[in-house]
Amino acid sequence: MKEQLEAIQKEAISAFESCLDTKELDNLRVKFLGKKGLLTGILKQMGKLSAEERPVIGQLANTVRSKIETALSDKQKKLAESMLEAKMKAETIDITLPGKKNKLGSLHPLSIVENEIKEIFLGMGFEIADGPEVEYDYYNFEALNLPPDHPARDTQDTFYITDNILLRTQTSSVQVHVMENKKPPIRVIAPGCVYRSDAVDATHSPLFHQIEGLVVDKGITMADLKGTLEQLMQRLYGEECKIRLRPHHFPFTEPSAEVDVMCFNCHGKGCRICKGEGYIELLGAGMVHPKVLEGCGIDSSVYSGFAFGLGLERVVMRRYNIDDLRLLFENDYRFLEQF
Amino acid sequence: MNLSMKWLSDYIKKDIPIKEFCAEMTMSGSKVEGYEEEGSQIKNVVVGKLLSVVPHENSDHLVVCQVDIGQDTPIQIVTGAPNVSAGDIVPVALVGAELPGGIKIKKGKLRGVESYGMLCSLGELGLTKHDFPYAIEDGIFLIQEECEIGQDIHSAIGLNDTSVEFEITPNRPDCLSVIGLAREAAVTFNTPLCVKEPAFNGIDEDITAQLKVNVENTKLCPRYAAGIVKNVKIQPSPRWMRERLRASGVRPINNLVDITNYVMLEYGQPMHAFDIKYIDNNHIIVRNAKDGETITTLDGVTRTLSSEMLVIADENKPVAVAGVMGGEYSGIMDDTTTVVFESAYFDGAQVRKTAKKLGMRTDASARYEKGLSPESCLRTLTRAFELVEMLGAGEPVKSYIDVDNSSINAPKIPFNPEWINKFLGTDIAESEMRKTLEALEIKVEEDCCIAPSFRMDLERPADIAEEVARIYGYNNIPSTFVKGVANAKLTKEQQFNQKIENTMVSLGGYGILTYSFISPKYFDKINLPEDSKLRETVTISNPLGEDTSVMRTTILPSMLEVLASNYKNRNSAVTLFEIGKEYIPTGKDTLPMELQRLAVGMYGDGIDFYDIKGVIDSLLKEIGVEGYTYIRPEELNAFEETCALHPGRSAVLLKNDTALGFIGEVHPYVQENYGLGVKTYVAKLNIPELIEIAQTEITYKPLPKYPATTRDLSLLCDDSLPVGKMESVIKEAVGKILEEITIFDVYKGSQIEEGKKSVSFSIRMRSHEGTLTDQQADSAIKKVLKELEKIGASLRV
Repeated sequence: MKEQLEAIQKEAISAFESCLDTKELDNLRVKFLGKKGLLTGILKQMGKLSAEERPVIGQLANTVRSKIETALSDKQKKLAESMLEAKMKAETIDITLPGKKNKLGSLHPLSIVENEIKEIFLGMGFEIADGPEVEYDYYNFEALNLPPDHPARDTQDTFYITDNILLRTQTSSVQVHVMENKKPPIRVIAPGCVYRSDAVDATHSPLFHQIEGLVVDKGITMADLKGTLEQLMQRLYGEECKIRLRPHHFPFTEPSAEVDVMCFNCHGKGCRICKGEGYIELLGAGMVHPKVLEGCGIDSSVYSGFAFGLGLERVVMRRYNIDDLRLLFENDYRFLEQF
Repeated sequence: MNLSMKWLSDYIKKDIPIKEFCAEMTMSGSKVEGYEEEGSQIKNVVVGKLLSVVPHENSDHLVVCQVDIGQDTPIQIVTGAPNVSAGDIVPVALVGAELPGGIKIKKGKLRGVESYGMLCSLGELGLTKHDFPYAIEDGIFLIQEECEIGQDIHSAIGLNDTSVEFEITPNRPDCLSVIGLAREAAVTFNTPLCVKEPAFNGIDEDITAQLKVNVENTKLCPRYAAGIVKNVKIQPSPRWMRERLRASGVRPINNLVDITNYVMLEYGQPMHAFDIKYIDNNHIIVRNAKDGETITTLDGVTRTLSSEMLVIADENKPVAVAGVMGGEYSGIMDDTTTVVFESAYFDGAQVRKTAKKLGMRTDASARYEKGLSPESCLRTLTRAFELVEMLGAGEPVKSYIDVDNSSINAPKIPFNPEWINKFLGTDIAESEMRKTLEALEIKVEEDCCIAPSFRMDLERPADIAEEVARIYGYNNIPSTFVKGVANAKLTKEQQFNQKIENTMVSLGGYGILTYSFISPKYFDKINLPEDSKLRETVTISNPLGEDTSVMRTTILPSMLEVLASNYKNRNSAVTLFEIGKEYIPTGKDTLPMELQRLAVGMYGDGIDFYDIKGVIDSLLKEIGVEGYTYIRPEELNAFEETCALHPGRSAVLLKNDTALGFIGEVHPYVQENYGLGVKTYVAKLNIPELIEIAQTEITYKPLPKYPATTRDLSLLCDDSLPVGKMESVIKEAVGKILEEITIFDVYKGSQIEEGKKSVSFSIRMRSHEGTLTDQQADSAIKKVLKELEKIGASLRV
C-alpha cells in the first residue's frame, strides 16, 4: 500500500505540473482528492491492514494528502497569476493616445501677475485699496501737489469729462482717498486702471494698469522704500534681481526716484533689449511730499511715508516676453489659452 | 536740452570719458537720453588741395583733378562738380572712406579714367549752409577754414564735438542751460565750476534819451531790462559759435540772433533782440494785449491775441508776445543798424497759458513757464553785450534800462542733518551735506539754508534731503524693512471677486480685459431703444476718437466685441469672462457710480442655452448664491440689454425681489450686427447684489446616518409646462425629507402624443431621524403625483 500511496503522490504532482488551465486542474483535484478519488480509494482499503501497519500507513496517507494539497494550491496560484497576466496583456492600450480633454480656462495674464503682486504685498502686510476711475481733478492732481497750470500736468495727457471731473491718469489718486479715510500706520497697495490719451500702438494704450503703493507711519525712511521695492522685485523676478534708483521728479514725492531693474537678458552689461542701458525702467517712487500729507490732514512733522507706482503691463510683457501691448486687450483665444 | 561737450569744457576743466559722464549725470539727477558724436559717420575724409584741374578727355562735364592730400604723391580724382579750380582746399573722401547715409567710397573708373576718391559737398558731409555760410550747397565744399593739407576733416572743420541729450524734469529749468548743467557736473564729479562774471565796455551814452520802457503789468512782468547796440554789422557768427549752436540743436542765423540764442543756451534766460526802427517813438510798453489784436510772429503766422496775454508793444502795436515769440517785421534784418536787447522776467504760468492758447511752444516759453530767476536779467544782458563786443557785431550803449518790481523771497529752509539722515535712513556726515549744498550754490547757515534764486523748487527740508541724497547717491542708501507688525488680508469683496475668477476658470472660462470706454454706436449694435437710460453716459470731452468716447453703461457690448473678434479669427469655440465696471452717471458735477459686473460669453459647436445656464448655476452655487429663479425678461424688465437677446431663449435671474443678472442667446439681429455666424450665449451678473445675498460662511453638516430612498418618476404633460414649475411642486410636496431632485430625461417625439413631453425625475429622499420606510416614501410620492395632476402632469404609463 505504501508503494501505491507514493505512486499516487508522484502521479498527482506530475499531473499538476503539466496541467494548463484551472478546469483541468479541478478535474485532477477530483481525481486525486475527491470523495471518489484515488487517495480516498486507497484509504478505503485501510481496514485490510494489520494493527501495526495501520498507523504507519495512516500517517503516510496524511503526508501524501497534504503534499498533494500543497502542490494543488501552488498550481492554482500559479495558474491564477498567469491568467491575470494574460488578461492584462490583452488589455494593453496605446498610452500615446491623447488624454480626455478637461475644460479648464485661465485668468488673463494681467490678472495672473496682478494677483502675484497682491500676494507679495499681502505677505508684507499691505492691504489692498480701491478708488474711483472717474475722478475729481482734486484727487488726481491738486491734492497731489499739482495745482492748476502746473507744467507737470502737461506730461499726462488727460481725458476730461468736465472741467472738474476726469479719468484718473494715475492710481496715485487712491493715495489721497486712503489718507483721508485712515490714520497712520498706513500700508496699502491700490491696483487699477488708469487713462491717458495716448493712441494705441505696440507700447501705448489709452487705458492701462498701475499698482500704487503707499506706506505712512512714524519714522518711515527712503531706505525702507528701497528695501520694500527690492523685496518686490526679488520675489517677482528671483533673488538675484537687482534694482537701481535714479533721481527724478514727481510733484507728489520728494525725494523722487525712477526705479530700474537690472536687464534680465544681459544682467547689466547692456544689450538690445535694454537699449544698452543694462537696466530697464519699471516704476516711479519717492517719499510722500509733505504738502500731500498735510493736504490729507496728516502731520508731516510726525509722520513720513513713501509711495510708488508700478506699470502692470510692462511687468506682464517682460514676464511673458510679449512684444505688443495690443495683444493684452485683443483677447484672442489663441493668446489667452497660453497662460 | 542738448549739451555741447566742448561748450561744457569752458566751465568744467576735468576730462571725463563720455560714457562715464552720461552714466554719472543720470545717477545724480540729470537724465541723459543719449549722446551723439558729431561726424561719427564720417571716416577717412581729409583736407586736400587741388593741384590741377583738367577736362576729362571723354566727357564734357567731368574734370580730372590731381589732389595733394599731404602724401608724397598726389592722388587723381574725377569729379563732375563745376565749382572747382586749382588751388582750392576741399574735403577729400579717400578710397575706403565712409560718409553719412552709409556711403562707402571705392576706387573707380569714370569713362576710362581712374579715380581714387571723391571730393565732397556740404550735404555729403551731413552739413548745411547754416554751418558754413560761405559755402554753396550744390557744389564741392571749398574750405576757407585754417587747416592743414592731409588733416582729418573732423578737426579741420570742427566736426568733433559731442552732443549729449538731457531729459530735464519740469522742476529744474535752471538745467535748461549749459551753466546749469555745468554746475550739476561740477558737483557730480567733485570738480570746481569755473564761470566768469560777464563784463563789457560800452559807449558812453545816455540810454534814456534813446529808449523808454513802461511796464504796465508788473505782476506778469516783474522785471524788464533792455539795452541798445548801435552800428550793428549783421554777418555770420564765428565758427566756434556756430558749432556750439549746432551741437545744441539750434540753427545759426546771424551774429545778433545767434548771440541771443547763445546766451539763452548758456544761462537759460531767453533774450529777444529787435530792430529799434520798428519801435514807434522808441517807446516800449509791456502791457496786456487787447482782445482781437493781431501780430504776425517770427514764424510768419498771424495770431489773434486776447486780453489776458502779455505783449511787448510800442505806442501803436504789439511787437512781441511776451516770453513766447517776437514779431516778424521787428526782427533783425540785414539792414538793421540799431538793436534793442531785451532780457526780462515774465510770470511762468502766464507764459504757459499764452503759449498753449496760441499753440506755439518755443524754447523761450518752455523756459519761462517753469519759472526763471529775475536775478539773471542783468547778467545775461551784460553777457550779450560782452559777446557783441567780442564778435565786433556792434557798439553797446553802456547804460541800460532796468524796470525791476521783482522781489526774491527765498525761504529759510530748516537745515537739520539729523532729520535728513533719519528721513533718508542714512548716516551722512554733516560736513558732507554742507559741501554738497554749497556746491549747488545753496547757502547753508547755522541751522537753515537759503536756495539760490534759480532754484525756486527748493522750499522744504524734504527738498534739501533730496539734494543731499541724489549727490550722495540713491544707490548708496541702505535697504531696510518697514518696521512694525502689520497684518493684511483681502476684504470680503476682494475675496468674493477672487472666488468668482477662480470658479470661472475651473468652469473653462478664459479671463478677458476690455476698455471701459466704448463707442456710442455700440448701443445701436445691441439694439438698445433710442430712449434707453443706458444711452445716458459719462462722456469724454476730449476723446481719442468716437470708438473710445463714452464710459460704458453696460459691459455687454465689450463682451460681444471680443466674441466677434474671436469668431472672425476663426477660433471655433470660446468661453470668456470678464469682471469689469459699468459707469452710471449720477449728475453733471458728481462722479458716476462704478459698478462691478461679471460678463460671460460663449459659443461653439453644440453649445446651447443650457451650457451657459450650467456655467452660471455652478458659479452661483460655488460662491454661495442659491434659491434664485429664472424668469423671462418679458415678465421682469430689469435689464434693458435683454433687448439684445432671443426673447424665447433668455432669462433674468431673480432672488426675492432682487434681479441678479441675465443670461440668454444673442438675438439673431444682434448676432448679425457683430458678424457672429454661430449661436452665441451671454450672461451678466451684478456682483454687488451677489455679495449682498451670498452665503459665504460654510458650516459643516453631519454626514447622513441613514440610507436614502430614491424614486424615479416619468411624467407626461403639455410641452408648454415649464419643468421648473414641476420641480417646485415636487419640492413642496415631498417636504423636508427631500434631498435632491435630478431631471434625467426630457423626451418629445413619436412615442408620445404631439404637443406633449415626457419628463423623468429622480427623487432622492432621506430622513435624519431613521431609515425611511417604503410607506413613507410611497406616501410622499403619492402626494407628489396628486399635486402634479393639478398642474397637468401625470404619470406616464
